[in-house]
Amino acid sequence: MDFGTGPSSTNTEAGSYKRIEGVGGNFSVLIVDDDPIIRRIHRVMLNKFGLVTHVVENGKEAVDLFRSDTCFDMVLMDMEMPIMDGPKATQELRAMGVNSMIVGVTSRGLESEKQSFMGAGLNRCHEKPLTTDIVTSLIQELIKHY
Amino acid sequence: RHRSRREQAQIMEVGQLQRKFVDYTASLFCEGFLDAQFTQLQQLQDESNPDFVVEVVSLFFEDTEKLLNDLTRALDQQIVDFKKVDAHVHQLKGSSSSIGAQRVRNACIAFRNFCEEQNTDACSKCLQQVKQEYSLAKNKLDTLFRLEQQIAEAGGAVPM
Repeated sequence: MDFGTGPSSTNTEAGSYKRIEGVGGNFSVLIVDDDPIIRRIHRVMLNKFGLVTHVVENGKEAVDLFRSDTCFDMVLMDMEMPIMDGPKATQELRAMGVNSMIVGVTSRGLESEKQSFMGAGLNRCHEKPLTTDIVTSLIQELIKHY
Repeated sequence: RHRSRREQAQIMEVGQLQRKFVDYTASLFCEGFLDAQFTQLQQLQDESNPDFVVEVVSLFFEDTEKLLNDLTRALDQQIVDFKKVDAHVHQLKGSSSSIGAQRVRNACIAFRNFCEEQNTDACSKCLQQVKQEYSLAKNKLDTLFRLEQQIAEAGGAVPM
């Protein structure tokens, strides 16, 4: 630990926030969540990985964005939201032909709920809040497939 | 170069505050007030987000105070809407989990079990428990942030 008298040092521990070459501003992520705390945490976390982020508060706003020809490489979709929830929004996006990577984010651990959310058209599903390890693996998948 | 007495005193003061901060933080983890998720938040803080932890925790305080009011009102009704109560507790469980407020989160888990049973008395007791855990967590975190401020004011860096 550095007890110096300068500004707080950035975490440079191996495995966290390694800027992945070629990512930078290339990948964009839409964060869809009704919880402002989660939106803030995920936004800052993804920005640290060099991703460009946009946030909306519910599924309908996400669908409207894609409908207006705004595209994102990845969507972080919360399961429970007012107006339009995650499963419904995911179904709509897939029905529209959206091929972006859609990652479900749930605060419930129930396997059955995760399965049914996956069935709506997700690529992956994780419990929130996301950890840096999970984000790393999501980016690796993005690089591989998109 | 030769340090003046004042500089020496300042360096000692910063050192003491930093040790206090480290010890206090460690105790919060030891006693189960905070968990690994809080560490994740600390790791997200940097020059471009220098007040990240305080900001997110403040959001949590605002959110929780509102939820606790809503819960008190909901359990006070003649006919309790347990679905509503459960929804509030679910939200509180989520946000406390996001900032690593472990004991608040655990109190919520117990609470939800009684919501399922539709047991008003047990739920009221749980609410008291959650309020207590929240109050403790808030005090601890406020103390932690105050220590950080003292370190910064003394010209030091906050050890993370």
